[in-house]
Amino acid sequence: MALVPFLYDLGIPYNAAWFISNAVLILIFDVVLLVLIAYLLLFDRKVWAAVQMRRGPNVVGPFGLLQTFADLFKFLFKEVIIPAGANKVLFLIAPFLTVLLAFAGWAVVPMDDGMVIADINVGILYLFAMSSLGVYGIIIAGWASNSKYPFLSALRAAAQMVSYEVSIGFVIITVLLFAGSLNLSDIVRAQATTGTLALFSWNWFSILFPMLPIFFVSALAETNRPPFDLVEAESELVAGFFVEYSSTPFLLFFLGEYLSIVLMCAMTSILFFGGWLAPINVWWLNWVPGIIWFLIKIVIVFFMFAMVKAMVPRYRYDQLMRLGWKVFLPTSLAWVVLTAGWVLFVRPHL
Amino acid sequence: MFQAIAFYAFSAILLLSAVMVIGARNPVHSVLFLILAFFNAAGLFILIGAEFLAMLLVVVYVGAVAVLFLFVVMMLDIDFAELKKGALQYLPLGGLIGLVLVVELWMGSKAWTLRPVQLEAAAQPIPYDVTNTAALGHILYTDYVFHFQIAGMVLLVAMIGAIVLTLRTRPGVRRQNIAAQNARTAADSVTMVDIKPGEGA
Repeated sequence: MALVPFLYDLGIPYNAAWFISNAVLILIFDVVLLVLIAYLLLFDRKVWAAVQMRRGPNVVGPFGLLQTFADLFKFLFKEVIIPAGANKVLFLIAPFLTVLLAFAGWAVVPMDDGMVIADINVGILYLFAMSSLGVYGIIIAGWASNSKYPFLSALRAAAQMVSYEVSIGFVIITVLLFAGSLNLSDIVRAQATTGTLALFSWNWFSILFPMLPIFFVSALAETNRPPFDLVEAESELVAGFFVEYSSTPFLLFFLGEYLSIVLMCAMTSILFFGGWLAPINVWWLNWVPGIIWFLIKIVIVFFMFAMVKAMVPRYRYDQLMRLGWKVFLPTSLAWVVLTAGWVLFVRPHL
Repeated sequence: MFQAIAFYAFSAILLLSAVMVIGARNPVHSVLFLILAFFNAAGLFILIGAEFLAMLLVVVYVGAVAVLFLFVVMMLDIDFAELKKGALQYLPLGGLIGLVLVVELWMGSKAWTLRPVQLEAAAQPIPYDVTNTAALGHILYTDYVFHFQIAGMVLLVAMIGAIVLTLRTRPGVRRQNIAAQNARTAADSVTMVDIKPGEGA
């Protein structure tokens, strides 16, 4: 945004100046996001290794800090292999679609008060839409590979993601009822308080608390993380939908998966842990920029994701469906009614 | 200027993909073009400022309904290329139906006028601080709440009807009882038997 007056003074029309400055902003944001993802990926592997009493990546760079970049270049310099029987266009569109949608979701995430690329009124619906579209990359990849295991994986992905979207949707509705807005920045502002112990005014310490584990587990299922990684269960489906993928297209799938996982972490911290707000209202904590708090919260939630991956064994498919439809859906549906009643009758008198 | 470019791009892709839905040889491609059409329709909604409807179109139609479409079409084992060979003989009939629809739409749009009451309502624009979502919610849940509930009841009846039509209860099926499984303990499911050497069956 800061670029607009500068470009306008150079004689560029206002519309074009706005367009260029936004494009530059998005480019910078995405590069920073990619570097962040590279280190979160390393963090994920280190946590996983520590739980299993291994060292994890420790060869490339000090403490293995450059491991992700070594992997990146390894994938980039390999040959792209397209199976003879595959549908070539769709086979190559699928990984691009996955990454595109995973990046697109980040457009509405507020990093700090006012620090957001697109501050739209229906921000949370947009995020929900982008995360539910993520399944198309997997379905198209599975179908276009023209191979048995990827196809089975695509069918699993379709059923699994549609099931867990329902409970994610209801959890989002309960938070919306509390905040009274669909704008993500307003949802964070609604959790702010003037009291000292600010962290107890966030949504997790309220009647919404049971929605936090439901959202967390549904987010695991939505992003195909273990213990819900039936889409890529190596004991049954080899590697699932990316069996036939190699080099850069594989890298794009991998990147898209981690982008949406970190997006889910960001969403958890916005919906339940007060986004950019400091946990305790004292001047030296409030002096820390909001983006730092937001990043700390993302890393903590991501640590939970990593620990779950390291510790919990994979679910059976019928157990997955039972959990989604018979446990999470009724609970979250009942909680929508309860929260609506609470907001209407109890909260105004508090 | 940008709005005009966006409008023409969205509309052109929408119309092209709508044609491709019926034109594509492969049914999976048809569904993917349908999804592209939904997506561009959502773009058009955003251009007229109806961002809530746009997101709902993407979430409901693209995110859920089209996934199930794609799911079913991918599972079908019908040679669609064979089916499409005779498709041209339906062109006159299909064209006629299309023409009738276009003429009816045109007549409808020409004959349609606002009642004076609604003209008054239309003359009062929605205040700037009332979002799309709030305005729609007010209309649905306050002004037309009974119509909304009737629509909900119709959907519920349709859902129950679909379940009743497809549910088959067969005798002799051994079902999993999760609660009974979870309630099992080692004491009532394992017995230790001491078998002497050479006597085991």
